[in-house]
Amino acid sequence: MKIGVLALQGDFDAHRKRLEELGAEVVLVKKPSQLDEIDGLIIPGGESSTFLKLLGKTGFAELKEFVRLKPTFGTCAGAILLAKEVENPAQTGLGALDIGIRRNAYGRQLESSIREGIFRGTPIEMVFIRAPKIERLGPEVEVLATEGKDPVVVRQGKTMAATFHPELTDDTRVHQSFLDLVQNGKRHK
Amino acid sequence: MSQNNGSPTSLRLKTGLAEMLKGGVIMDVTNAEQAVIAENAGAVSVMALERVPAQIRAEGGVARMASPKKIREIMAAVSIPVMAKCRIGHFAEAQILQELGVDYIDESEVLTPADEAHHVDKHAFKVPFVCGARNLGEALRRIAEGAAMIRTKGEAGTGDVVHAVKHIRQIVQEMKILTVLSEEELYAKAKEHQAPYELVKMVAKTGKLPVPNFSAGGIATPADASLVMQLGAEAVFVGSGIFMNDSKSFADPEEAEKRARAIVKAATHFNDPKVLLEVSEDLVGAMKGLAVSGIDESQMLQTRGW
Repeated sequence: MKIGVLALQGDFDAHRKRLEELGAEVVLVKKPSQLDEIDGLIIPGGESSTFLKLLGKTGFAELKEFVRLKPTFGTCAGAILLAKEVENPAQTGLGALDIGIRRNAYGRQLESSIREGIFRGTPIEMVFIRAPKIERLGPEVEVLATEGKDPVVVRQGKTMAATFHPELTDDTRVHQSFLDLVQNGKRHK
Repeated sequence: MSQNNGSPTSLRLKTGLAEMLKGGVIMDVTNAEQAVIAENAGAVSVMALERVPAQIRAEGGVARMASPKKIREIMAAVSIPVMAKCRIGHFAEAQILQELGVDYIDESEVLTPADEAHHVDKHAFKVPFVCGARNLGEALRRIAEGAAMIRTKGEAGTGDVVHAVKHIRQIVQEMKILTVLSEEELYAKAKEHQAPYELVKMVAKTGKLPVPNFSAGGIATPADASLVMQLGAEAVFVGSGIFMNDSKSFADPEEAEKRARAIVKAATHFNDPKVLLEVSEDLVGAMKGLAVSGIDESQMLQTRGW
């Protein structure tokens, strides 16, 4: 299984390590042409406004097409990029997830925190860094994890997003569930 | 003061934010307008300053923490993280910056040092710190004090990349050496680097610093950004090179935005000469700069800190 990690900027290397640990072959994606060779894509944490600038109009359009066709998982800034509506400030999203998301919803770095939430029924450590919050969930969106009352991992079809950073903990379950999603997609073809 | 700021949890959050900045460009700005230009160009963060290093160098005087009012204006103007500098050892300035809510503090040699022997105890803070270093020993001493990110010092405010290169090469080479040494040699190296043995051992095992390693001090063009990143820097700080034409006059805002965009692209595609050519071709000029070889050692900023 070949998984791409969007490597324009951000903590793409942490995702690469985690994916390799789980046995996936990793491609660091910097150019749209690399999207053709991968079975699934991770959009990492970083600055979503920077991602948009670096993608440009054509890169954005090609990424949007990829996300429509293949499994994609976004963490933090990646979740923001995948959303339909982005607030604080308003920003373009790929619209793959029917959610409304608010950037820096907890506040600045001093409000960053490590908390325990529930992922598919069991506790999991969650690292929130200047994290966004999902403020609206569309009817097709399934909640896979919560922290308090907030949905923090969601899925719609072949698109997944986490508002925290599973790549910065030792727990591999969230990435594994994305790899399962990619594997299942391949099997059903 | 808040609880357990030197705890492993706290350190993970501090280095965590630095992880998010990797592959990006952190730009010095002196007002909200420049901060917006930087954000629009794709900066991952801005450093809020009263004067950029080139101005400080030219004008002299005591360089202190920027005014909270100015930092607050910059924080309100952009959605990306905002950093601010405190003087070396000036923990009261750091306390004020933390209270203000900046996202990172740079305990910086660009400002006039406040203490000739001690750096800030950065474990005592909840806000993360970045510190400059010229060699591995200096980097590890800062990490021991709680720095969550290291940047090479280079020679700030010159637009001359030569010392940024010297310092990243030095740190990378010193780390490589550690990876092939035996246990007893590592004890001797710890002494030589004047750094804690545990940190020396950690570097020997991984060949990397235990925190992100960025580059700063004289980076002025897309090619400069590519150079230091090819040498091992994980992100770049660009100070005077974007908004200044020389030590006194600011660049035209449109030109500054072009430079900023070009350096942002160069940091991402640092090993792709085709993209580097493309972004370099769009630029009409760069900061005039000041050759480091002509600066007397007593006038250098990099020798501040210990």
